[in-house]
Amino acid sequence: MPDPSQYTDRPWMDSDAEPFIKVQSVSKQFGSFTAVDNVDLDIYKGELFSLLGGSGCGKTTLLRMLAGFETPSSGNIFIDGVNMNDVPPYERPVNMMFQSYALFPHMTVENNVAYGLKREGFGKIEIKQRVDDMLAMVELTQFSKRKPHQLSGGQKQRVALARALVKSPKVLLLDEPLAALDKRLREQTQFELMNIQEQLGVTFVVVTHDQEEAMTLSTRIAVMDTGRFMQIGTPTEIYEFPESRLVANFIGNANMFQGRIIENGPDHVVVQSKQPECEIYIDHGLEIQEGHKVWVALRPEKIKISKQAPDEARANQVKGVVHDIAYLGKISIYRVKIDDDTLIEVTSPNLSRPKDGNLAIDWEDEVYLSWEASSSVVLSK
Amino acid sequence: MTLQGISRSLQRNWKSVVVFIPFFWLLIFFLAPFFIVFKISLSEATIASPPFLPMINWVDEGVMHIKLVFDNFAYLWEDDLYVKTYISSLKISSISTLICLLIGYPMAYAIVRSSQTRKNILLMLVILPFWTSFLLRVYAWMGLLADQGTINNLLIAIGLIDEPIRLLYSHFAVYVGIVYTYLPFMILPLYANMEKLDWTLLEAAEDLGARPATTFLTVTVPMTLPGIIAGSLLVFIPATGEYVIPDLLGGGNVLMIGRILYNEFNANVDWPVASAVAIALLLVLVLPMMLYQHVQGKETESK
Repeated sequence: MPDPSQYTDRPWMDSDAEPFIKVQSVSKQFGSFTAVDNVDLDIYKGELFSLLGGSGCGKTTLLRMLAGFETPSSGNIFIDGVNMNDVPPYERPVNMMFQSYALFPHMTVENNVAYGLKREGFGKIEIKQRVDDMLAMVELTQFSKRKPHQLSGGQKQRVALARALVKSPKVLLLDEPLAALDKRLREQTQFELMNIQEQLGVTFVVVTHDQEEAMTLSTRIAVMDTGRFMQIGTPTEIYEFPESRLVANFIGNANMFQGRIIENGPDHVVVQSKQPECEIYIDHGLEIQEGHKVWVALRPEKIKISKQAPDEARANQVKGVVHDIAYLGKISIYRVKIDDDTLIEVTSPNLSRPKDGNLAIDWEDEVYLSWEASSSVVLSK
Repeated sequence: MTLQGISRSLQRNWKSVVVFIPFFWLLIFFLAPFFIVFKISLSEATIASPPFLPMINWVDEGVMHIKLVFDNFAYLWEDDLYVKTYISSLKISSISTLICLLIGYPMAYAIVRSSQTRKNILLMLVILPFWTSFLLRVYAWMGLLADQGTINNLLIAIGLIDEPIRLLYSHFAVYVGIVYTYLPFMILPLYANMEKLDWTLLEAAEDLGARPATTFLTVTVPMTLPGIIAGSLLVFIPATGEYVIPDLLGGGNVLMIGRILYNEFNANVDWPVASAVAIALLLVLVLPMMLYQHVQGKETESK
């Protein structure tokens, strides 16, 4: 018997756990355009789930269906066991934080936050208490009498968050919550959001196009493209084990090699790549026949770049010439030319200072690239 | 100054020139005539041409004699015909404005919410009546509303009534005429205002638990209030002083200030009283507006 408590942080691993939000073969068509194409999704209580994808991938449409602003063309959405198809937005146990924040410009901060509570018919004293508590949590107490146009972007964002959370919704939907903030504020707010989520235990569903944001915030990420899920998994799973070229490329950068499987053992495979001409040894088994063509992804930071030839090893190394260097301070990005058609991207931390202004590895230097057996991943889709 | 010099100084001062033009326009065509009317309203009527006595007389050399006659304004107050007419005018224009708002608001809303191509067609339809003469359209209503008119004939033909009902020369006819004529002036500012409305605000309200009616009252109406006010003023102000519609559609049964003004000027040839009627109308219309502006200005300041 597995111990159920081992899954408390990872409810999606527990086959007995009941999903809090259940999206069941949902499609949405706008005229002849299919925005969301027959998707299934389970989100569990207390998760911070991200829908990640480029514009037009259907992530916002899916979020709007959860909020009730769009009705699915087919399929069902359950929240906390209740089918939401015929429930109007104003009766759903969810609240949304809009990308534009959608604060009511004619109301003070206080009244914006109180709006939802007033609709529930709470007493004056209770409303005041809850609004004050919420404003204290987002550190906006002294701004309660201001109008939205008197606030900075970050303050507006926090009012929007307070307004969406004050009704203690079962699910909070966030549409690009940090997109309108500048980089520094965004990083800071990411952690605030995570703290608040942990503190209140509300299930968050976040729509974002920013992979870094999704990586930092989420318990799990669903990568979307053309109305479908390309992959669903934890940030580590998505980054380290992308299933497709699209996911590998969308989350971070990846070098892609196409090759043929020449050896398939129980604990390893060897892929013969044509471009660059090399053998790739991978330390995980695959259920693919020998001789099959596959794509292999290799992250730039997992490649070691060196002027010295690595020790005797047949696989997992290539030789090339430095074509381009981007010096970013803490790291440098190298583009290494292997042959006429192949450039491999490598990122490497700048561990030591350049001596006498000379870079350790310079333009046109001949370099060796090598990587571990666990570094590359075969893309199964 | 050379031509080049002029053009250069124009370029440098073009902003003040641009601002000056409308001011100049207002001065010549609004302020100056207004003061002339105001001056006449304080003069004494006489049978002459022009039919009022000069306000300023030169007695002996260098002594100016100014005679201000406030009798005209006092007369407006004393003769209850004028007070009654003002009240009747304000009542008719207020009710018409309200009806225009009740019809125009949903229309503007529907136009804003429709697709781009349909939106253009609907807007065209709103503006289309302007392409026909206003007078012609009022005459057309006379044809529709008359005892032997289209509506009565139709109602008799389908057997709903036996005798024609009195439609023309009634308050009803005046309301129909004013609402019909001024409706576009309500719809267009409302449309312009709603076009800028952020619809996600309505979704936000709904998301926070507001039913459609509550959303409308707590978000839509406050957000479209500038459009409501602009449209209402554009209907209310000209409707109060309306002359043609009450004259043609109301006959002698509907008292409105425009008719009185016309009578004083033409039938009675009493320019001073007519001018006093006009000035009093202006005050009745402008004072509330100035008050509103003042209150709004204070509100914007406090923002």
